[in-house]
Amino acid sequence: MSIEVQNITKSFGNFLALNDVSLYIKSGELVALLGPSGSGKTTLLRIIAGLEEADEGSGPILFNNRNMKDSKIGDRGVGFVFQHYALFRHMTVFENVAFGLRVRPRTTRPDNGEIRRRVLELLRLVQLDTQADRYPHQLSGGQRQRVALARALAVEPQVLLLDEPFGALDAKVRVELRQWLRRLHDEIHLTSVFVTHDQDEALELADRVAVMNAGKIEQFATPNEVFHKPATEFVMNFLGSVNKFRGQVADGKVRLGEQFIMDVPENTEEAKLFVRPHELQISHTKVPNSFNLRAVITRIHSAGARVRVDLETHSGDAMTAEMTHSRLSELNLENGQDVYIVPSNIHVFGADEHAIEE
Amino acid sequence: MFRRQKRVLPGFRLTMGLTLVYLSFLVLIPFAGLILTVGGMSWEEYWAGVTSPRVLAAFRLTFGASFCAAMINAVFGFIVAWVLVRYRFPFRRLVDAMVDLPFAMPTAVSGVALLALFKRLGNALDVKIIFTEWGLLLALTFIGLPFVVRTLQPAIEDVEKELEEVSASLGANRWQTFCRVIFPSLRPALFTGFAMAFARALGEYGSVVFIAGTAMPIVSIEIAKNLQGNEEDMMIAVAIATTMLVASFLILFCINFIQFWMNRRYMETN
Repeated sequence: MSIEVQNITKSFGNFLALNDVSLYIKSGELVALLGPSGSGKTTLLRIIAGLEEADEGSGPILFNNRNMKDSKIGDRGVGFVFQHYALFRHMTVFENVAFGLRVRPRTTRPDNGEIRRRVLELLRLVQLDTQADRYPHQLSGGQRQRVALARALAVEPQVLLLDEPFGALDAKVRVELRQWLRRLHDEIHLTSVFVTHDQDEALELADRVAVMNAGKIEQFATPNEVFHKPATEFVMNFLGSVNKFRGQVADGKVRLGEQFIMDVPENTEEAKLFVRPHELQISHTKVPNSFNLRAVITRIHSAGARVRVDLETHSGDAMTAEMTHSRLSELNLENGQDVYIVPSNIHVFGADEHAIEE
Repeated sequence: MFRRQKRVLPGFRLTMGLTLVYLSFLVLIPFAGLILTVGGMSWEEYWAGVTSPRVLAAFRLTFGASFCAAMINAVFGFIVAWVLVRYRFPFRRLVDAMVDLPFAMPTAVSGVALLALFKRLGNALDVKIIFTEWGLLLALTFIGLPFVVRTLQPAIEDVEKELEEVSASLGANRWQTFCRVIFPSLRPALFTGFAMAFARALGEYGSVVFIAGTAMPIVSIEIAKNLQGNEEDMMIAVAIATTMLVASFLILFCINFIQFWMNRRYMETN
């Protein structure tokens, strides 16, 4: 089922949580709402679910082109999963999952045998069929979240909405569970939206990522695109660390030092140049036809899959470069060494904080 | 078990010592004294004292009325607590403070106040309330109310909004959400409040003596009356008191056990 929201605005008192947001999610898609706290991502999810109402004057909320704006959450056919699971503590795992079936009106309620069959099938799907008789407090965090998921799926929702589903879990469990969720999604193809502030999670799990900031969607694109072609300075900054350079703009051309970077519209006044750590090369000698900057290595972090090298330019700016371990041993780097840094890929942003495309 | 651990804050021995001394003087020694006194009676004397028709009637009435009063409080106290926590209305704080009045007022004052009101009301409606079982029930309900309300309020505040939201998202209506999700999580607190109101009602004297009078057989009043008599009557008072002590302990024990049994299934152990 496709989801479309148009021109949604929501304020809490003086705080504008969502500022004229529109979003179209294709049927069967897995979408991440990514942003820092206070960016409005959870509010948007809750408005889609029907747990929160948009302000007067907001546009419709369409599920398969049907306006759901005035429908209550129970009538929207959404499954909702909370960060802290919100399991019913006084019920067993089985009863938690069966809840949505048991509260149906008598005419549509399946009989006990059917409920049992469906609940056990769902518990098998979330790999908890052996835990059916346990109580939530007897389960680990990851198991609890899977119960919450099975419970949401039991009512056969058209849309699955997850609010920071992995937020309360340990780092290792979190990674396992998100891979598992991705496989589950590939199996059942349910249109799903999840909220997260963790960019790795969003980039790894989602088909498309909506990066949000201050009540607006800054960019809505595939993980590849938001990472490699960030639309705004905010997206660039939020998806990883960056090195900043001061570019010079003159006669519609951006230059970094002597090197020509790109053509820009004549009226451009300012250009901010950003380079990701893995796109910053370190060299012992000057690289011809490139922008070279002298810098001193201040620290080498080699405990990790990749090596991070902190540097300081002669003008006092901090820089970070990232490379493989084999590259590190090739270069034979040491603390305190004087080297050249050379950007291999530069993202250029204008004064309005939007990317300037070539 | 008694191995000394290093603590950040000093004073364990001092405060622990004070606690033990304080509790001993206030609770343990008086009770022990009571038991010792009753030990001076023979079993036959004791049994005759507590099974006289009047004393048995007193036990029946006191336990029965206290139980009914606690039940009434459980129902209406629940509603009061719910309204105070869930809704915002003018003078909410005033209403909230009113709940404490039965706590704060000297019981004699409550007794007189209730007497004055229900004497007139009874006359106007031509029903006898004061100096009857109804008057007793009224007094016991009055003094028990704050126990139920004050134990339930924090529990109702603790019910997570998310539980209601998730219930609604699964298609439950408000009534189902209340019965299946909210009420079960409040049951332990309601039970505690009920038990406290019950225990308080069992021993109530001050307000009861005004509104129910001294004619009816009521345990606390029987004890008081016997204490004013001769040596033999005094021993009967002690015997009744000891029986109440044992009964209270048993009730407390049962309540704790039921609590434990109800909580065991879904208490957060970590």
